[in-house]
Amino acid sequence: MIKAILIFNNHGKPRLIRFYEYFAEDVQQQIIRETFHLVSKRDDNVCNFLEGGSLIGGSDYKLIYRHYATLYFVFCVDSSESELGILDLIQVCYITLLYTYHLQVCYITLLYTYPLQVHFILQEVVMGGMVLETNMNEIVGQVELQNRMEKSEGGFSAAPARAVSAVKNINLPEMPRNINIGDINIKVPSLSPF
Amino acid sequence: MALKIVKGSIDRMFDKNLQDLVRGIRNHKEDEAKYISTCIDEIKQELKQDNIAVKANAVCKLTYLQMLGYDVSWAAFNIVEVMSSSKFTYKRIGYLAASQCFHESTDVIMLTTNQIRKDLSSPNQYDTGVALTGLSCFVTPDLARDLANDIMTLMSHTKPYIRKKAVLIMYKVFLKYPESLRPAFPRLKEKLEDPDPGVQSAAVNVICELARRNPKNYLSLAPLFFKLMTSSTNNWVLIKIIKLFGALTPLEPRLGKKLIEPLTNLIHSTSAMSLLYECVNTVIAVLISLSSGMPNHSASIQLCVQKLRILIEDSDQNLKYLGLLAMSKILKTHPKSVQSHKDLILQCLDDKDESIRLRALDLLYGMVSKKNLMEIVKKLMLHVDKAEGTTYRDELLTKIIDICSQSNYQYITNFEWYISILVELTRLEGTRHGHLIASQMLDVAIRVKAIRAFAVAQMATLLDNAHLLTGNTQRNGICEVLYAAAWICGEFSEHLEEPMVTLEAMLRPKVATLPGHIQAVYVQNAAKLFATVLRGHEGVPADSMVAQETSQLLIDRLPLFVQSSNLEVQERASCILQLVKYIQKLQQKDVEVAEEVTALFAGELNPVAPKAQKKVPVPEGLDLDVWINEPPSGSESEDEGRKSKGKAVFAKEESRHTKPRYTEVDEKELAKRREVRKAEQANNPFYIKASPSSQKVYQDGVGVEHIPVVQIDLSVPLKVPGMPMSDQYVKLEEERRERNKADKKKKKDKKKREKGEKGRRRRGDSGPESEEDITPAHMVDIVTEEMPENALPSDDDDKDPNDPHKALNIDLDKPLADSEKKLPVRSHRPDEVLKSPMEDRQVVEVVPEPKKKTGKEKKEKKDRKKSKEKKKKHKQEEEEDLMGAGSEEPVQPEETKEVAAPPPASTPEASDLDFWLSNAPVPSNPQAAAAPASTPRTASGMAAVAPDSEPEEAKDTEPEETKSSTHKKKKQKKEKKKKKHHHNHSDGAGDESVQNGTVEEEEPLPPMSNYALLAENSYIKMVCDIQGNLQDGSQVVVSVIFENKCDSFIKSMEFNVLDSLNSKLQRPDGAGPHDGLIVPFQLPPGISNEARFIFSVQNIVMPQKLKGTLTFIVKTDDSSTHEKLDFKLHFTCTSYLITTPCYSDAYSKLLESGDLKGCSLKLEGVNQPFHHLLARICFHHHFSVVERIDSCASMYSRSIQGHHMCLLVKTADQTVSIDAKCDEPGLLGNVLDEIKLTFSQC
Repeated sequence: MIKAILIFNNHGKPRLIRFYEYFAEDVQQQIIRETFHLVSKRDDNVCNFLEGGSLIGGSDYKLIYRHYATLYFVFCVDSSESELGILDLIQVCYITLLYTYHLQVCYITLLYTYPLQVHFILQEVVMGGMVLETNMNEIVGQVELQNRMEKSEGGFSAAPARAVSAVKNINLPEMPRNINIGDINIKVPSLSPF
Repeated sequence: MALKIVKGSIDRMFDKNLQDLVRGIRNHKEDEAKYISTCIDEIKQELKQDNIAVKANAVCKLTYLQMLGYDVSWAAFNIVEVMSSSKFTYKRIGYLAASQCFHESTDVIMLTTNQIRKDLSSPNQYDTGVALTGLSCFVTPDLARDLANDIMTLMSHTKPYIRKKAVLIMYKVFLKYPESLRPAFPRLKEKLEDPDPGVQSAAVNVICELARRNPKNYLSLAPLFFKLMTSSTNNWVLIKIIKLFGALTPLEPRLGKKLIEPLTNLIHSTSAMSLLYECVNTVIAVLISLSSGMPNHSASIQLCVQKLRILIEDSDQNLKYLGLLAMSKILKTHPKSVQSHKDLILQCLDDKDESIRLRALDLLYGMVSKKNLMEIVKKLMLHVDKAEGTTYRDELLTKIIDICSQSNYQYITNFEWYISILVELTRLEGTRHGHLIASQMLDVAIRVKAIRAFAVAQMATLLDNAHLLTGNTQRNGICEVLYAAAWICGEFSEHLEEPMVTLEAMLRPKVATLPGHIQAVYVQNAAKLFATVLRGHEGVPADSMVAQETSQLLIDRLPLFVQSSNLEVQERASCILQLVKYIQKLQQKDVEVAEEVTALFAGELNPVAPKAQKKVPVPEGLDLDVWINEPPSGSESEDEGRKSKGKAVFAKEESRHTKPRYTEVDEKELAKRREVRKAEQANNPFYIKASPSSQKVYQDGVGVEHIPVVQIDLSVPLKVPGMPMSDQYVKLEEERRERNKADKKKKKDKKKREKGEKGRRRRGDSGPESEEDITPAHMVDIVTEEMPENALPSDDDDKDPNDPHKALNIDLDKPLADSEKKLPVRSHRPDEVLKSPMEDRQVVEVVPEPKKKTGKEKKEKKDRKKSKEKKKKHKQEEEEDLMGAGSEEPVQPEETKEVAAPPPASTPEASDLDFWLSNAPVPSNPQAAAAPASTPRTASGMAAVAPDSEPEEAKDTEPEETKSSTHKKKKQKKEKKKKKHHHNHSDGAGDESVQNGTVEEEEPLPPMSNYALLAENSYIKMVCDIQGNLQDGSQVVVSVIFENKCDSFIKSMEFNVLDSLNSKLQRPDGAGPHDGLIVPFQLPPGISNEARFIFSVQNIVMPQKLKGTLTFIVKTDDSSTHEKLDFKLHFTCTSYLITTPCYSDAYSKLLESGDLKGCSLKLEGVNQPFHHLLARICFHHHFSVVERIDSCASMYSRSIQGHHMCLLVKTADQTVSIDAKCDEPGLLGNVLDEIKLTFSQC
């Protein structure tokens, strides 16, 4: 079982949190802080597993994380999940994210502009703490179908609001100058494609 | 004006959306909280709008704020509103918000049930999907109960997307509503073989999760999983299954044997590290579960260790970490194979990654031996010095102590070395583990007698250098060590060479800065030392001065402690001070006191086991639960009891009255008494005043600089504690071992004797044989801890009682009872639900036909001609095929004789597994495999022939055979299902059930069904069963099975009942009281299906009948006709009863309460076994057995309105007497009549 999924930036600001077990809001924030504290002091070249956050889990739980440029993707899982499997799953989530939005948006702004969309993608991967789908094509397909449906209903906010926000969106200094993500040297352990 | 409104709504449209909010928060970094609070105000405004789009926008923003830690539960109702929007866009947002912030105590969840149900049955798969996803996060017990049926239906949805979500969410439903597990399980099992890999994976996921918590209930699924494992190519599924097997093998070692082969193959073949790792893990689990006796046992271990070594050597830190993790599992059972990789693990200790270092430390724990302990600890000590960061250093410290002290100091050959290690560890600054070191010092000093002299010397040095330990920081945890040091020096002071020096060290003024409990020990042990000094110096005239000086020293220094704010210190100090003063007086008179003073501390303290107190057995005849005095009679009211003070029975009560009185007295007279006391003290010349003024007098009198100890101190060869002494021991030890070896070479004959001696000396020494030649440096005798006599060896480990998975510990192998099966199933059932037994037999007979044509079978026919013996066997097999699964049982005993793999079969399900496990021993290579794998059922005769036949042919037949056997298994299960629905069995069918139908060991029961014929005509047949509704006290559920008997299609069925005053059919809202209910399915020819109707009932005391009609259209190719069928629904009183389990204590309480009215019944001429009789009552009348003793049983049931009904059933010579009690006599009478009727019918 996956107990929680946390995505936060290099400063510990949450970008997405998903708890599959109830915690009050203040406890959630505490967990984020603690997790950030644990994760952030680790070098990038050490292993991606961490035992023992005191707030979440207990001895059976592990934190499994990946660090992409400015973002930490942290999964809190128990012993029924395969450690390497979850690492791959994080990778799948991340690539799906980039793929769905056509790599047009640098990941920093991605979670700014599409906070809900990230949730929707995640919902296709993990459901109620259990892994739902690991095949990236399937995930992307379902997300796109749903987004298409949303579009056919006229989109989330009405067209004018969309136009306005589009104008507001042109915030030149914030546009990523370099959309090259060649620096993600992700080593996918040779897991045959899920 | 109108324009203004329009403008207002356009303004709304330009409200902040989520992106604006995000950007806004970013732009207001300095006053974020303020900005957000204005945003929340805006959101509140937006939520008040009627426009759903605006609301959705607001909810969307709230979801974001929730992530930032703001409580948004106040908007829960608005979230529900957005959830119920018809547009997918908004619905999705609503469900997302709900899944983020709803939880079990959110009260609006109650409102969502119908909305969710509607969404679940939505034609749009994404509506359903979104609802399922949302529900998975906030499902409550109520929701689970209400929606279990709907979700179960979705498990057979046409879209795999929905199916997989429905399957996954079932796990959450099971957790919240455990009752649903058994009814839903068969379908869940089906999904393991779903054509869609996603659904399959989901089902595997759920079952693995269930099985992890209660593995033994899922053992019977092992064959199925085994098949999946060998066939699946989805790594994710494979990993899950392999993990599951890891959990199952400890329960069934034979399973492990079967697994090793395919797992090793996987290890060799897979390129996926994750899979490889899990395989290795499970192989390890298997090897652990197999205690012994595997031929290629060591080969497997070698393979695992080898692979793990590759992982550990990998540059990827993750693999390294996992490799070490798995290695530690092997270590527990096969330490030798790990020990050969010591180099690698020690190397990992130097890794830059702390997680890896910690893992490596764990491994070291198991790797030490007598030989390498010193070396390893030396290495660790180096790390301690290097380590930065106290956590890792503390971890190292505890590990060192763990490693050394494990299994009763098994690996320590030289305790001097260990003591010096401990002393070295005290130099650690800022460690939290001072108490740990201290307890080790105490433990070793107490339990190893030989080491005491050395320990005492070391401790004396420690005390002397105490200032180094306490150093600058007051709260330094390490000063705990002084506690141990002081105690050891005091207790074993006879070993002290210079007790005077130590005594002086213990009484330095600086000691007063130590924590109170340590000071107390100092004071107490100073007294012990004093006694030793006295004894040492008395009698020798020259030394009597020394003794007196010592007394004087104490008298000088102790007042410092008398002043202490710590009560314990103060008390001990003043006590001892008085004592010493008295002794001094005697000394001055030249009286010998040493003997008497020593007697104060005589006797030896033995170590006591930590659990000793708990294990003191309760003396015979002492019952702690029994009243000491008679309890006050129940009739007496509590107030009365309190008033009558004289009568108070319990000591407790007594004290309650008396206590306040005393305090009152105290307070009144306190001041007065104090005055009196002060006056007395002032006049008493012997009273020692602890006032500062008197203290001053003492200090002025002697002065610190006059203490003679200072000079003596210089003469002591001071060991500087900064020098690492333990290293010397390592060298010494090596030398000693060398010498030993040389000695042994010379005196081989002596060796034997020496060994024997050592064996006697060291208790609990169970080191590996190879280490036997290392003799301990000292005569070490470890005193075992004391336990009370007759202590029980039991160790009760309690599990977490709040674990939700406890409720899911449900036996899934037991066939579903009718009542259970129905509970959550609302509509479509498998087609074969209701068929006459004849049809069943036909089906059974037809199925095996094509199988016979396989090559295998043909070959057998040929063989049959050759050998008569084989012929016989084949016949058996044929029979077996004909009878389906049923006959596997009787064949098995024979087979086991021949194959010599004896699994005792107790229940049919277990024997399914047994069969699978004993069957087909895993082939070591595919060629040789064919023979055993293909012949298990035809047994040894065949096996002897098989190798002669061409290998290729054999190969071909193998899969065929396995296929057919699995096929058969499926069939077997299906048949079991069917059987439960049979009304009557023909004789043949009855025989079958005797063979495999029951769980009990007693004579099995004939099949039973509660389905009674309702009505029948040439088109359709209706049978029904009536049950109380568990959830609602005034409802009964009527399950009707419609069976199409004609060749035409039946559709538009409408079910209607003429309501009575008492009982009404529940119709949907808006329907008139006379409208019929549409049956939600159509019936193709020969098909049956079940529908459920709910009736509300007011009075349940009387049975009653309701008239009803079923109208339907019979559609043939060219025409359709309206038909109708009348029926009478008979609501018996039994149908108002609900099977409710009851514990015997609750049961007896119920009977004692006296609220129940009795009634009894006698049945003559019942010639059934008693357990049949009970089963019948249980089954037909919804009772449960509370207790059964021989031919007497108590039973319990409860009506839907909560009436308790208790039965006492006794039997003797075909006469059954039933004494019944119930709080509703009318109901009871009717139920008894019905029971009578049941037995008159059979």
